[in-house]
Amino acid sequence: MPRFRAWFCRLLGLVRKQSRESEMNAEIQQHLDALTERNIAAGMSPKEARNAAARDFGGVEQIKEVAREQRVWKWADEFLQDLRFGARMLVRSPGFSILAILCLTLGIGTNAAALSWIEGILIRPYPLVAHQDRMFALNATIRGTEGYKGLSYPDLLDFQKNSTLFESFIVDKITGTTLSSGDRAERAVGGMVSANYFDALGVRPILGRGFRPEEGTGRNAHPVTVISYMTWKNRYKSDPDIIGKTQFMNGVQHTIIGVAPEKFHGTFIGYSFNFWVPTSMQETFDNTGYKLEDRGARWIEGYAFLKPGVTRQQGQAELSAIAKRLENDYPETDRGHEISLLPLWKTPFNAAGGISTTLGITAAVVFFVLLIACANVSNLLLARSLLRRHEMTMRLALGAGRRRLIKQLFTEGLLLSLIAALGGIAVAYWSRNALVLAFPPSVPGITIDYPGSMDWRVLLLSIAICIGSTMLFALMPAVQASHVDLSGALKSEGAGVIGGHGRSRLRSTLVLVQISLSFVLLAGTGLLLQSLQRMQNTSPGFLTNNVIVSVVDLFSAGYKLDRAKIFHTQLLDRVRALPGVESAALTRVMPFSYNPPSSAPIEIDRYQPAPDEQPNADYVQVSEDYFSTLGIPLVAGREFTRNDDEDSPRVAIINETMAAKYWQGKDPLGQRLKVKDTWMQIVGVAKNVYYETKLEAPRSFFYVPVRQNFFVGNTLLIRTRETPGAITNALSREVHALDPTLAPYAADRLQEQVDQRGYTQRLAATLLAIFGGMALFLAAIGLYGVMSYSVSQSTRELGVRMALGAGVRDVLRLVMSRGLRLTIAGVVVGAAAALLLTRLMGNLLYKVSPRDPIAFGAALIILIAVALLACFLPARRATRVDPVRALRI
Amino acid sequence: MAKEKPDLVYGTLDMLILKALQHEPRHGLAIADRIQQISQDVLRVEQGSLYPALYRLEAQGWLKAEWGVSDNNRKARYYRLTAAGRKQLAAEKEHWSRITAGINRVLAST
Repeated sequence: MPRFRAWFCRLLGLVRKQSRESEMNAEIQQHLDALTERNIAAGMSPKEARNAAARDFGGVEQIKEVAREQRVWKWADEFLQDLRFGARMLVRSPGFSILAILCLTLGIGTNAAALSWIEGILIRPYPLVAHQDRMFALNATIRGTEGYKGLSYPDLLDFQKNSTLFESFIVDKITGTTLSSGDRAERAVGGMVSANYFDALGVRPILGRGFRPEEGTGRNAHPVTVISYMTWKNRYKSDPDIIGKTQFMNGVQHTIIGVAPEKFHGTFIGYSFNFWVPTSMQETFDNTGYKLEDRGARWIEGYAFLKPGVTRQQGQAELSAIAKRLENDYPETDRGHEISLLPLWKTPFNAAGGISTTLGITAAVVFFVLLIACANVSNLLLARSLLRRHEMTMRLALGAGRRRLIKQLFTEGLLLSLIAALGGIAVAYWSRNALVLAFPPSVPGITIDYPGSMDWRVLLLSIAICIGSTMLFALMPAVQASHVDLSGALKSEGAGVIGGHGRSRLRSTLVLVQISLSFVLLAGTGLLLQSLQRMQNTSPGFLTNNVIVSVVDLFSAGYKLDRAKIFHTQLLDRVRALPGVESAALTRVMPFSYNPPSSAPIEIDRYQPAPDEQPNADYVQVSEDYFSTLGIPLVAGREFTRNDDEDSPRVAIINETMAAKYWQGKDPLGQRLKVKDTWMQIVGVAKNVYYETKLEAPRSFFYVPVRQNFFVGNTLLIRTRETPGAITNALSREVHALDPTLAPYAADRLQEQVDQRGYTQRLAATLLAIFGGMALFLAAIGLYGVMSYSVSQSTRELGVRMALGAGVRDVLRLVMSRGLRLTIAGVVVGAAAALLLTRLMGNLLYKVSPRDPIAFGAALIILIAVALLACFLPARRATRVDPVRALRI
Repeated sequence: MAKEKPDLVYGTLDMLILKALQHEPRHGLAIADRIQQISQDVLRVEQGSLYPALYRLEAQGWLKAEWGVSDNNRKARYYRLTAAGRKQLAAEKEHWSRITAGINRVLAST
């Protein structure tokens, strides 16, 4: 309490400085008067009495000064004084101030922008959703294995029923449908959500309502939907009477009961949802069957909200205990199944995981930019402190303490970074979504929404960065400046001699740091660009440019299996007859798609698995001509034909890895393979290709004929030299002829699909390129500043050399070699640091060693080129020194 | 920084001021007089050094000052001990007697 009081009194003293001063004067005067009076009473003359009183009292002015220090909040007083003085100094040298503030604005602004973006994704990824601090992703795994497995609906209900520490559990399973408008169909992304979804998230529809509890139950009993704001606006032209109207989705008329608020995109990082339906409609939206009563069907993705005050550990303990009980009660379905709570940014079932490395790189890179900016400002301050040496010397000579001097210089620095921080935050605020614009476009038809949010965390961090960077850039010059050697400085004043050796060494060190940081960024960018290049150049093993992909979504249109089979057969015939089409095929899952291929345990004739081995392979259902359409060579056997249908023996084509693994050199043709109780004869061996990403390792994979394993939904692959636009038009006509209510998706080259899977890499490369360029620019300014400063400082030396006969060439060489030495030292340090740091990018690099010589070499060449330019300009100025004038100085 | 007169033990001025105000509020001169009087002229306070100390104690919240009228009808600033000040005085007295007891023991040893 007394401490606070003292603080308050002093603060008051600060504000009421004027009245306090006069009060003190009056009090002391009164004291002196009383003493004088007493002396007169003792018999002195008035004059004697006054003198004696003053003698007894002591030096009035000194005492007042000491007293002032006691009563006023001295530190704040000095601070205000320094601030005023600092502001005056900034205004006096506007060039310096503007440059320094710009550098810092750039540094702090990029950090604030990147932070707001990172913070948005890490902590509050979902706009408008309340209590995201208590929201956790439910991570379902199997003991001893990796990867997300999904929750079953009955399990989820049990967790909900038996837990006490949770406010709510929500289901949010990504799904989709096709909404057609005219002769084009569009993919709409939606969520199958539990009935409590909107209530738990605290999201209130702007029109209509969210789901009612009873709408979550009953098999396909509640065809109701809440649509997104964008869907309402674009598809329904903001119809104010939309509630109660219907929307045909997956063959069922759904009643629109609500419109979500504009900013709400759902709870799936990377995707913006168009509609939501209750989980009771699962069977309608999932082409693999009814699962709501199947404890073994693991398909649910979801979140849990902890009650306020409950820690993640407590919640986790309770869930684990329930999971243990479920294991005991339902061993055949739940044995080994575990559940854990993950923070939202580690959500295992959306794009959160793929982006975390990129976030880390972004954070590191913007921090580097800030460091480089700080080094620049430090250099500027050092240069200016030399100009102010006279002032500093004067202050020291007049008795200012070094601490006081450092404090003053520090305050000036703080003023700079405060202005820059305000500018930076403003820039970050206006550009917080611009960072996203710089990103390469993602999956077409799906909006990406990475919210950049400025909240107290970002502001607090920005202020911390501001103060931290002041420490970085202002402290060293301030300490340096306060170490003026009084006698030396006074003596040399006016002689124009170069600044202290220590100072130029400090400046060189700063430039060295800048160059090495730039080198790290450049080398990192080089590595990412190169792996991007390699990834682009690596063939996936099939044709991508002349193959066009499209989908006719029969599942969403409500087709049943038989009708779909007829439709697809007829469509395939019509497409093959189109002019310019070389071949066409169907596949259930196209290569490199978001949907994974099927996966199943397998059994192989005459292959004895090891005791703990369960042979497993991925497979996909394809039609005849699949291999010729995609240009995948068969190393043995034949391709599927139209005759491989339900009436003929089951067949399969395996890949080389599978042949090598299970037949070990023997000919697999004619041998048998069992999947899901069906034996299939192997009729061909295909070359290995990449199936999902170019990052995957070779694995066992096989193909089965689509006609023996039909699904309603299939993707159409067309090999042609026509453009996607032309194919889309032709395809629309053919689809329309078969069923006037249907339309195909806009056709796209398979290449686009392949490119999308390298999205994270492209994102990281883009970010590094942007910030690497910024860093390089700042470092070049720094180098230029130091070189031109040292040239201006050694005018005399250069003059002497030229007077003694040194030519332009000699002077150039002298100056340039100094700059280059600095650059090379910086590159050496930077290369060492880069070797350590680039290893952390391991999983973003593709077929590129983290110490790739080309990336490092390119960084070296770029840096040297920039350094040469930065040194050349001051060096040329040096050659223009007039020896006579230089010597006269 | 404030420096006390050498004939006053360093650091004791605050305590003496608090003590002088124990029973009634006084103005600056009266405090100096009081200290001199009780100590029977052993301790002489340099009048001026009183004020920095008074402001410091006031800022700490141990004293409260208000304008009043002195015996000879002059305006004067009176300092009054606050509750916190009383506590502080007790603490300082305690501290002082411990120190002096210690010093005495050292001096008394042979």
